[in-house]
Amino acid sequence: MGNVIKLAIRNLQRYKRRTLLTSVLITLGVVAVLLFISVSGSFKTMMIGQITDSMLGHLQVHHKGYLASIDSLPLDLNLQGKQFARVKKILDGNEAVAAYSPRLRLGAMFSNFTETTNIRLNAVNPEQEMATVPMLAERIIKGKKEGLLEKGEILVPELIARGMKVGIGDTIVLVATNKDGSVNGQPFVVRGILEGISGPGGRDGVIHLSDARTLLRIEDNEISEIAIRLQNMDFMAPVFAGLQEQLGSIKNKAGKPVFEIHTWEKLSPFFNIARMIDLMTLFIRIMLVAIVLVSIMNVMIMAVYERINEIGTIAAIGTVPGKILSLFMVEGFLLGVFGTFIGVVISLAAIAGMNAAHISFDFGRQKGLLLAPTIAASDVLTVAAIVIGIAVLASLQPAWKASRMDPITALRHV
Amino acid sequence: MAVVEARGLEKTYQAGDIAVKAIRGVDFTIEPASFVSFIGPSGSGKSTLLNMIGCLDPPTRGTLTVVGKNIAGLSRQEAARFRGEHIGFIFQDFNLIPVLTVFENVEYPLVMVQNWPKQKRRERVRELLQAVGMSDQSNKYPGQISGGQKQRVAVARALVTNAKLVLADEPTANLDRKTANRIIELMQEMRTEFGTTFIFSTHDPKVVKNVETIFTLEDGRLLEEGNHG
Repeated sequence: MGNVIKLAIRNLQRYKRRTLLTSVLITLGVVAVLLFISVSGSFKTMMIGQITDSMLGHLQVHHKGYLASIDSLPLDLNLQGKQFARVKKILDGNEAVAAYSPRLRLGAMFSNFTETTNIRLNAVNPEQEMATVPMLAERIIKGKKEGLLEKGEILVPELIARGMKVGIGDTIVLVATNKDGSVNGQPFVVRGILEGISGPGGRDGVIHLSDARTLLRIEDNEISEIAIRLQNMDFMAPVFAGLQEQLGSIKNKAGKPVFEIHTWEKLSPFFNIARMIDLMTLFIRIMLVAIVLVSIMNVMIMAVYERINEIGTIAAIGTVPGKILSLFMVEGFLLGVFGTFIGVVISLAAIAGMNAAHISFDFGRQKGLLLAPTIAASDVLTVAAIVIGIAVLASLQPAWKASRMDPITALRHV
Repeated sequence: MAVVEARGLEKTYQAGDIAVKAIRGVDFTIEPASFVSFIGPSGSGKSTLLNMIGCLDPPTRGTLTVVGKNIAGLSRQEAARFRGEHIGFIFQDFNLIPVLTVFENVEYPLVMVQNWPKQKRRERVRELLQAVGMSDQSNKYPGQISGGQKQRVAVARALVTNAKLVLADEPTANLDRKTANRIIELMQEMRTEFGTTFIFSTHDPKVVKNVETIFTLEDGRLLEEGNHG
């Protein structure tokens, strides 16, 4: 095999410019794919991390039908205290669950004593909420971050704070209607201003769970949802399936399931963007395959055509068809390896360069997000394997043609 | 035992609907270590006959025994193996591999065809290059040597595997008279030294006058067998 490789290298060196151009094309393709995977992948991971770690959690449990009506924050579809206790027991017994946070979600009127607007609120137990969505505190752009909030305090969404001209320490009043239709009001001190992010709940205010119960005159331990944080997000699918089976088995008197559980993917519209990124990555990979296929095939077809007489000679002096086939396939393989190697080196250098340059970007209302591209070794290996595999595949037809060539016809070729 | 023996040998090509008989029932025998030439006008069937002897083209009918083996019915793979083991080729255009040095060109059949161990094949290549007077050019590429030198290298390549039979199709056609004579002399020396049979297909009187046996072909038939004795 060493001699076949040696001869293949010599043959590639015979047309240096062509070899170089083809390698450059493969290199460019590899660089484009790896950089796209690293940049888009990092963006995706960052956005998913932000959505799950500062807002949604990895999974959420609701009363059956709650999610379909979530826009109106229906209090009559809350989980009752006993129901919450059953879910709590299941979650406490699941080792894959790192933390969970019961939430009461409500709509209210927000008054600064001169103006009134409506507000969506997320009532939480601060300790559980911080354990479930640890990046929530980082969204507090003004005010104290430690401890999230105390009873009687509110985290006001940035847009409402600006529109209603309220600042840290100001007192506001929340007025809410409870399940029975009676209205109640309660003063709150503004503890912090919360940065808005894309997605459901991204522009909601936050109050203490016990304050919400007082405001809504709820005596039971009822809640709207349970946000769940997993030990490892990579195992979300099996944990989700397990919990779905456990919760799905709990039925009401009519024999219908009481609970519904969703992954963050079902809850956030960003999942569609993430899927689009995956689709674009796939599309770019297909383009890379096409580039490698066409360029290598072109080079190898030319190589066979230009060396017909030589093929006739080596066939005549006894080179078996299999060896002729391997000679040309190794040429394609080496072209793929060379282009891929250079492409990987350039890509890794570019990724390191981008990280060193601390490039920031804006996404929607979020400003100054830091671009921190990374690439997994598995992605590099997959792309390299695809390129080299396609290079070998692209050489197959010309190599096969060369190996099947009639020596007499080939020797007569001028 | 004869190196080549043909009995009732025929070759027919199909050109569209027309069957063209290139060789029409030829019989001949070539003895070991002989210097033989097929001559005849263009289209007489010399090259076809040489191709059949070289296992490059199977006969349509008849028997053709080369180095003791009936070569009719050999598969592509078997024919390639047989050529690599028993037959050397010398071409009109030298047909050296341009990306390999003189040494590597001669070494090629031992590496890619017969898989000799490194030390043994290097010794053999050096021996052959010495024999054809190309030792001092062994690191040069074909593009850096003259036509006569290329043909010397081709002779060395044909003999390096200890081939019993060397087929040479117009080996002197692209050489000047002086160089052609040297190549013929070289092949005669090689025949003497290694006991190899050389079969030529040629128009060149320089070659013809040096061979011992001449087979004259016309329209695919063997007209006569002559000896220079």
